Amino acid sequence: MGKVKVHRKSPSIDMTPMVDLAFLLVTFFMLTAAFRPPEPVAVDTPKSESEIPLPESNRMIITVAKDGKVFFDMDNQPNRKRMLQDMAEKYGVNFTNDQLNHFGVMGGFGVPIRQLPQFLDLSPDEQAQVQQPGIPSDSVNNELADWVVYARLTNPSKMRIAVKGDRDSNYKIVKQVIATLIDRRILRFNLITGLEQGEQIEKK
Amino acid sequence: MAEISESGGGKGKKGGKVRAKKQSTKVDMTPMVDLAFLLLTFFILTSTFNKSKTMEVTMPDKVTKEEEQTKINENDILNLVLGENDKIYYWVGLTPPVETTNYSKDGVRKLLLERIKANPKLMILIKPKDESRYNNMVDILDEMDITQMKRYAIVEFTADDKTILAGGTGQETTQQ
Repeated sequence: MGKVKVHRKSPSIDMTPMVDLAFLLVTFFMLTAAFRPPEPVAVDTPKSESEIPLPESNRMIITVAKDGKVFFDMDNQPNRKRMLQDMAEKYGVNFTNDQLNHFGVMGGFGVPIRQLPQFLDLSPDEQAQVQQPGIPSDSVNNELADWVVYARLTNPSKMRIAVKGDRDSNYKIVKQVIATLIDRRILRFNLITGLEQGEQIEKK
Repeated sequence: MAEISESGGGKGKKGGKVRAKKQSTKVDMTPMVDLAFLLLTFFILTSTFNKSKTMEVTMPDKVTKEEEQTKINENDILNLVLGENDKIYYWVGLTPPVETTNYSKDGVRKLLLERIKANPKLMILIKPKDESRYNNMVDILDEMDITQMKRYAIVEFTADDKTILAGGTGQETTQQ
């Protein structure tokens, strides 16, 4: 009589489909990941129930930080360079080619135009460590207004303006920024907010 | 960490024929899977998902000429003053009583819905004080959107408003 052999099942499982799926997802996330561009200052945006997405291109962002400093950012490298050249001409500040290129690729900034050349000479790491003083936007010296004007000139018909304020920033500064925009006859702009999940009253 | 397991050690076989070792065709995929999931987690967590949303605002243009100003019956105006410490002061037209409310669902939202029901011609003037936070402004604009107010504007908090807030009566002024 032969022994009844218990057929031993192998404890390993075929992982091929799982691996397939995992790599598919890895590839997908790698390709779609848009890394957050470096921001000059951390801003905690207020929440709203609005669902209009921020335009991806042709936009300038005016950031108002918690401490009231104002920062400016625009997308599109060639346009940025043109904007800086216009600004340089107006304020009589000279920029080297290196500085121009550097300005083209960097993110938002909050430095008065006269300090901009030195700031652009720093490496990105050093720039991140510098305490930026913010762009002057009061009635005495309103550089922000000129940035807005020249940014708009690079693409007059499509340029969208977004204001990104910190929820705790003082309204006084925001008022100044908005007044600056209204003075330049920019009456429509966007306020950047985070999405809030909440109850919406039935739309009639 | 990366090791390919082979079935059968093949050591210590005494004598006998020298057999060609049969190697398993299976590869231990555990380390690869580990790595794959690690990467997967990393990319899921770092991808920004573009959560930024925006709110469109249209501001009234500066009106300089008297005849261009729109005149509104003062009883149709609801003034909302965004004050310090997340408070809202409100009154109708140019006279007190000034009452206070807050940004909650039962606060300003209820108020707006009640008032618009009572008077569909209601015009809301939002007057943020300098002491208020930016968050207050966004909150109130959001409420306008939620309650579907059509007629509202953000205007300056003037000296007249200050008197009314303090208990006095405002002068006869035209509001834009």
